[in-house]
Amino acid sequence: MMLSKGLKRKQEEEEEGKEALAVDTWWLDPGHPAVAHAPPAVASRSLFDLSVLKLHHSLRQSEPDLQHLVLVVNTLQRIQACMAPTAALSPMPSLPTAPGIADNLLASSDASLSASMASLLEDLSHIEGLSQAPQPLVDEGPPGRPIGGAPPSLGALDLLGPATGCLLVDGLEGLFEDTDTSMYDSELWAPASEGHKSSPEDGPGKEEAPELDEAELDYLMDVLVGTQALERPPGPGC
Amino acid sequence: MLVCQGPGIGSVTHKSTWALGARTKKWLLADVISTVEFSHSGDLLATGDKGGRVVIFQREQENKSRPHSRGEYNVYSTFQSHEPEFDYLKSLEIEEKINKIRWLPQQGAARFLLSTNDKTIKLWKISERDKRAEGYNLKDEDGRLRDPLRITALRVPILKPMDLMVEASPRRIFANAHTYHINSISVNSDHETYLSADDLRINLWHLEITDRSFNIVDIKPANMEELTEVITAAEFHPHQCNVLVYSSSKGTIRLCDMRSSALCDRHSKFFEEPEDPSSRSFFSEIISSVSDVKFSHSGRYMMTRDYLSVKVWDLNMESRPVETHQVHEYLRSKLCSLYENDCIFDKFECCWNGSDSAIMTGSYNNFFRMFDRTTWRDVTLEASRENSKPRASLKPRRVCAGGKRKKDEVSVDSLDFSKKILHTAWHPVENIIAVAATNNLYIFQDKAN
Repeated sequence: MMLSKGLKRKQEEEEEGKEALAVDTWWLDPGHPAVAHAPPAVASRSLFDLSVLKLHHSLRQSEPDLQHLVLVVNTLQRIQACMAPTAALSPMPSLPTAPGIADNLLASSDASLSASMASLLEDLSHIEGLSQAPQPLVDEGPPGRPIGGAPPSLGALDLLGPATGCLLVDGLEGLFEDTDTSMYDSELWAPASEGHKSSPEDGPGKEEAPELDEAELDYLMDVLVGTQALERPPGPGC
Repeated sequence: MLVCQGPGIGSVTHKSTWALGARTKKWLLADVISTVEFSHSGDLLATGDKGGRVVIFQREQENKSRPHSRGEYNVYSTFQSHEPEFDYLKSLEIEEKINKIRWLPQQGAARFLLSTNDKTIKLWKISERDKRAEGYNLKDEDGRLRDPLRITALRVPILKPMDLMVEASPRRIFANAHTYHINSISVNSDHETYLSADDLRINLWHLEITDRSFNIVDIKPANMEELTEVITAAEFHPHQCNVLVYSSSKGTIRLCDMRSSALCDRHSKFFEEPEDPSSRSFFSEIISSVSDVKFSHSGRYMMTRDYLSVKVWDLNMESRPVETHQVHEYLRSKLCSLYENDCIFDKFECCWNGSDSAIMTGSYNNFFRMFDRTTWRDVTLEASRENSKPRASLKPRRVCAGGKRKKDEVSVDSLDFSKKILHTAWHPVENIIAVAATNNLYIFQDKAN
């Protein structure tokens, strides 16, 4: 997928100039009679770019709105499916991975890291051929579960995973000089971190692997206590 | 918060009209109202806002000397329910915005409600104090401890009247059970348990137990890459304590029976209306996402709100709704623009009247819509002080979707999409409605009241 600066600038101009709602028909299903005279390829591409913009904006939030994210991704997939026959398009990202990326962000987001991601996204928005980027550990499944299987052509979205491949680290050396990067090993942000305080959501039938999670949490707590004096959050109950 | 209230809302079924009354009161509230809820008896009305505050209004008792004030709501209690928090492990700020308030059925003099932000649910006790004890033995009237050696006689403390004081105290804090943002809470008809729902999970709590909850629904896929759907709303059945429903971002509603399984991942009933091929578009899924689901008071029906319509479902028929009411169909041709400005993601709520004969939901431009299920009449009204003179009836509004605009019609292009009515509530018994318009609260009452 390619986001050229020219396309981005065009989208911003369109956004600034739009005040009143216009009647739109070109985004309708290509089979719809109203689209008979519309240029579907260009229109779909514009909507695609808008959706990608929304996706990036959403992922840049410290804690993305999951519903918004999922709906945008699904819409992107729908548009992508319509645009697939178009040869002029560069390889599309595998959008289903976006929620996984987002979830990893949710589990491990750090304000400074997210800011770095955002700036990286902007810097890389003009870069083509990101399909060879190393796959991030996007899944927060049980610890130790092999992640594999992600399609190769993820594009810029691939780089949103924290503590990942060499491309990310190499490109952001200076940003992490003052940061203890041991915190960002993705294994530490496994699903057990959801119950990072008590774990009241363990019902009679909902059992995850507790042992490894607790050890990881202990390690994480040691790191936190050791590196900075954090005020303990208040416990539950009143 | 500006509160406008008065007689004369009438009902959709009759030709009587809605109106603001002569007496209005203003309360300043810095933040946007994020939830509105009447108590079970309707004498109290709670609002929550983005700043984490809860304001409770109480209906005035009938007073013959002040007939105009009969039925007015006045501020009863104000308290800070939630504060902004910081999740140190995830380095995330947790908003203090109150997402939902739900009243518990009244048992005794004190009142209880649940309020929740994105992560934490709190049980609040609201109690009145109109008496004060005087004549303690061990302390003076100003509270200072007396020297026990100087006490030579004992006295019995007596209760003396004092100015009414309303106290709100947190009695339970239910925390650490939700990874994702809580969108719904619902008190069970057993009056002992309640559910809380976030984007991917629904938990069952006991009101007395804060350190654990039971997960009853979990739609989180093992591989998050496969996530395509989230939970948008959930509610317990009003009478059957084992039944709950939850809606999704794909426009589906699942009814679950907790008797069949401790884990309700498999639904008992699945409600979905087939997509109309003629209106299919890139935005079909977004506009089908259910933003609110509410059981009728009878428990026989449920209502869902998606972006353009309100649908009434018979619980015995899963294939399609029994009623579909168009809220603002004129927006269908504007969906791309609404997608661009994110309005298409707005989450409108809906509510039933006490007899389930009418339903209400909000729209843009401070418009709200009411539908009469028996006569199939509907009306659009505007919550705006500028357009409502005291004691004058609220004029029905009309939106011109195209063609020549008639007098008093509002053009679609002139609608103000920043003025959205997302939260409305209907008194459980009478024709009194509360409409939240940004940081203003409007309370309309039936003239017959």
